[in-house]
Amino acid sequence: MNPIAFLILAVLTIGSALLVVFSKNPVYSVLWLIMCFFSITGHYIMLDAHFLTVVNLIVYAGAIMVLFLFVIMLLNLNKETEPHKPMILKAAAVFSGCLLMIVLAASLQGYSQQPPALIGEEFGTAKGVGKVLFTDFLLPFEVASILFITAIVGSVILGKKHVND
Amino acid sequence: MEELTASFNNIGIQHYLFLSAVLFSIGVMGVLYRRNFIVIFMSIELMLNAVNVLLAAFSRFNGDQSGQVFVFFIMVVAAAEVAVGLAILVMIYRNIRSTDINALRNLKW
Repeated sequence: MNPIAFLILAVLTIGSALLVVFSKNPVYSVLWLIMCFFSITGHYIMLDAHFLTVVNLIVYAGAIMVLFLFVIMLLNLNKETEPHKPMILKAAAVFSGCLLMIVLAASLQGYSQQPPALIGEEFGTAKGVGKVLFTDFLLPFEVASILFITAIVGSVILGKKHVND
Repeated sequence: MEELTASFNNIGIQHYLFLSAVLFSIGVMGVLYRRNFIVIFMSIELMLNAVNVLLAAFSRFNGDQSGQVFVFFIMVVAAAEVAVGLAILVMIYRNIRSTDINALRNLKW
């Protein structure tokens, strides 16, 4: 694993994640979030997760972000209308976020440093992941399809103007 | 400083642990910091992605592909969650005509 590539990707990920939170305009937040997802895709490439790379691009950077952008444009949020929290609450939010980060980092301090495991040819490809998915995780996979049906029906019902009509 | 450069010469699981800890904390901070419910929803997506990166890293370092299947399922659940969640948000917007989370205080007395 290339350390320079990891550093660049990590800086990109964290920087764009910070800009998601701190940009004033929600449309810019969505664009930075897309940037963040692309750099996370880069992390998947470095971790030899080829299948996840493609799925992340299609599902997150493609489908979910388009949904977000559509909703923001539907609600006409492209201008600065959002009321902001008072300064003390913002400071408290930043403070507690940093505190959580320190606690997490401190609790992960003693984690053993192990070299990456030796992996086979098929690791992380659609073939390798598909074999695990359709043997060990077949039942959860089928249940996921039921979840999707529920989500589709639910969002259609919620999206209708008047349910009683 | 030498120690720092030496620690970055081989990227281990620890670096990914810290990266996802930072990403997760940024997500939590975003939920606390903003009042726009769409941005809060995006911060929740950030937290989900932090966990995804960590699962992929553990799967790589342990040589076990089950971790990647878990990431796949998290993405499935996240897609369903976004579809239903955004539908709910649009409906809330139709009723209260604003994206301010402070307008939703009917349960507070």
